[in-house]
Amino acid sequence: MKIQEADAKSLLVAQGLPVPPWEVARTPAEARAAAERVFAAGAERVVIKAQVLVGGRGKAGGVKLAGDGDEAQEVAGRILGMEIKGITVRKVLVAEAADIVKEFYLGAVLDRGERRILLMGSAEGGVEIEQVAAERPDAIVRIHAHPLLGLLDWQARQMAFGLGLGAHRQAAAAIAKGLVSTMLANDADLVEINPLAIVRTRAADGAEQLALQCLDAKITLDDSALHRHPGLEELRDLDEEDPADIAARAEGISFIKLDGTIGCMVNGAGLAMTTMDLVKRAGGEPANFLDIGGGARADRVAAAMRLILSDPKVRAILVNIFGGITRGDEVAHGLIEARALQHRDVPMVVRIVGTNAEEAARLLTEARFETAASLDEAAAKAVAAAGVASPAS
Amino acid sequence: MSILVGRETRLVVQGITGREGEFHSRAMLDYGTPLVAGVTPGKGGQTALDGRVPVFDTVAEAVRQTGANTSCIYVPAAGAPDAILEAAGAGIGTVICITEGIPALDMLTTAEAVAQAGVRLIGPNCPGVTSPGQAKVGIIPGSIHRVGRVGVVSRSGTLTYEAVQAMTDAGIGQSTCVGIGGDPIIGTTFLDILQLFAEDSETDAIVLIGEIGGAAEEAAAGWAAQHLRGVPMAAFIAGRTAPEGKRMGHAGAIISGGTGTAAGKVAALEEAGIRVAASPTEIPALLRAAGVN
Repeated sequence: MKIQEADAKSLLVAQGLPVPPWEVARTPAEARAAAERVFAAGAERVVIKAQVLVGGRGKAGGVKLAGDGDEAQEVAGRILGMEIKGITVRKVLVAEAADIVKEFYLGAVLDRGERRILLMGSAEGGVEIEQVAAERPDAIVRIHAHPLLGLLDWQARQMAFGLGLGAHRQAAAAIAKGLVSTMLANDADLVEINPLAIVRTRAADGAEQLALQCLDAKITLDDSALHRHPGLEELRDLDEEDPADIAARAEGISFIKLDGTIGCMVNGAGLAMTTMDLVKRAGGEPANFLDIGGGARADRVAAAMRLILSDPKVRAILVNIFGGITRGDEVAHGLIEARALQHRDVPMVVRIVGTNAEEAARLLTEARFETAASLDEAAAKAVAAAGVASPAS
Repeated sequence: MSILVGRETRLVVQGITGREGEFHSRAMLDYGTPLVAGVTPGKGGQTALDGRVPVFDTVAEAVRQTGANTSCIYVPAAGAPDAILEAAGAGIGTVICITEGIPALDMLTTAEAVAQAGVRLIGPNCPGVTSPGQAKVGIIPGSIHRVGRVGVVSRSGTLTYEAVQAMTDAGIGQSTCVGIGGDPIIGTTFLDILQLFAEDSETDAIVLIGEIGGAAEEAAAGWAAQHLRGVPMAAFIAGRTAPEGKRMGHAGAIISGGTGTAAGKVAALEEAGIRVAASPTEIPALLRAAGVN
């Protein structure tokens, strides 16, 4: 699960990491009030950042500076309601615009191959780390945390020196350790600070000083562990989710909406991906990824059918079930029930093999479903059916 | 010989009295798997499956009384890492964990502890391991197999069944089919299984079934290029049409930052001389073309 920048920053602060203060605003007036509090504290400019779960906010015009309250309100008015990669901006983050001296990247991820937490740092912050990794792999410092003891002090120091942060080594090492502890405390897959920056700040007596600060944060959480962090589940941003995704989660169905016209219902993730691939190979475009999960019964099949049909672009449905735990006859019953309740007439091609496939075949034939013996045949039939079906009205 | 499970297997099922555990234990026993014990804490002294299998409170007790050497785990996610470590602590040599939904960070520490103990862990979130005609451990339907000499290794469940069924229909039998699991952190990788197949006298050819996400297929291809030249191989990669940044069901199946794509995996396999099927049904033909009779 992805969470918003502001929520990610809160998780960093909880682990003691240095994050400059911020506020979240939902209206231009709220943004103005927040900005005026920042100006009252002595700031010269504020930064207003769209809170969306997709990358590329800056390029899309979702991050802007403002020099006074009027401008903050005006800028926030332009960002709120804007669409970034199909997502409508509903919140902005307001904070003092940092006086950046130098930017770094620091991130912690799961390294699957090594079965370790991998801490990655780069003195080229502010840009996509993947780009740095591809073009200049030597510019990235990589350190694997100890699998049982976590990131050790010497490893954190090694990262600090590796980034050329010798002058800030204590702060940098503490941030490196804090990144890994944020990951462990929240069951995160990824914790990224980009940029981590040396910023110029003024002390109470007016003297300038340099400090390391986390200016942006990105955290993704392990869905399998959310049940043991009830507070984190509340950070799920339902505003940004498709209603179909929310319905799928409630039914225990794994569902991802795509752009095509052929709805797919499959048991098993690998087979669901394969079914999509074969639809494409047969000249069609899959409308979704959908895994009904193991042991699905008639009611879950009916729920899956509703999800698929909630997409008006769907012009044919391909059902591919390889029964193991899942019983073919249960699926057939679910399909027959679902079709009886279906509001629009979408052609369906069904292939059921494995456990109780013979009983399923009998039920489907009686109910006059179009069936297919092989997966390739099923894909070809579904693509043909989508081609001749009339578009959804 | 086959690999991981076979005639010498003496299986204990952890979670044998649960719904899933009981259902699949019955299928394993009916297949002829040497299932010698079950473990459910608090139910020691009872029997499962109509009196056919004794139940113990601990794995250690099951090992002492029955000589169990292999464990299959159906314990729910919250208790599964502990079940894995209990098996390792009791001297079980091969632990096969079917459970899905175990948090990745739990698996980091569990996999490390198991590796340090020298125990082989398959999974989690895997369909299990079957050596046709000898032993079936996990949830793979026994009916799809045919005894033979082709090793199969896969990250998926039902996709594996699809590929194995296609092989069986074409008259190509299997030595061992291994589902290594779809999670980001698993105990045994493609590369590990290729090494086991390479040393197995009953395996002449290998099928690798991968999917998007991670770099395990690429690592396996690199090793195969060095060590398996001359061994007939075929592969399939699921997720050619998967979009970036979306987790496709399996926690491990996600393309991120341009890595883990199907195209990259197909290219790595082909570079190693392994032909990649466009559909699971084409695997038998590729095997024949590579020299399997």
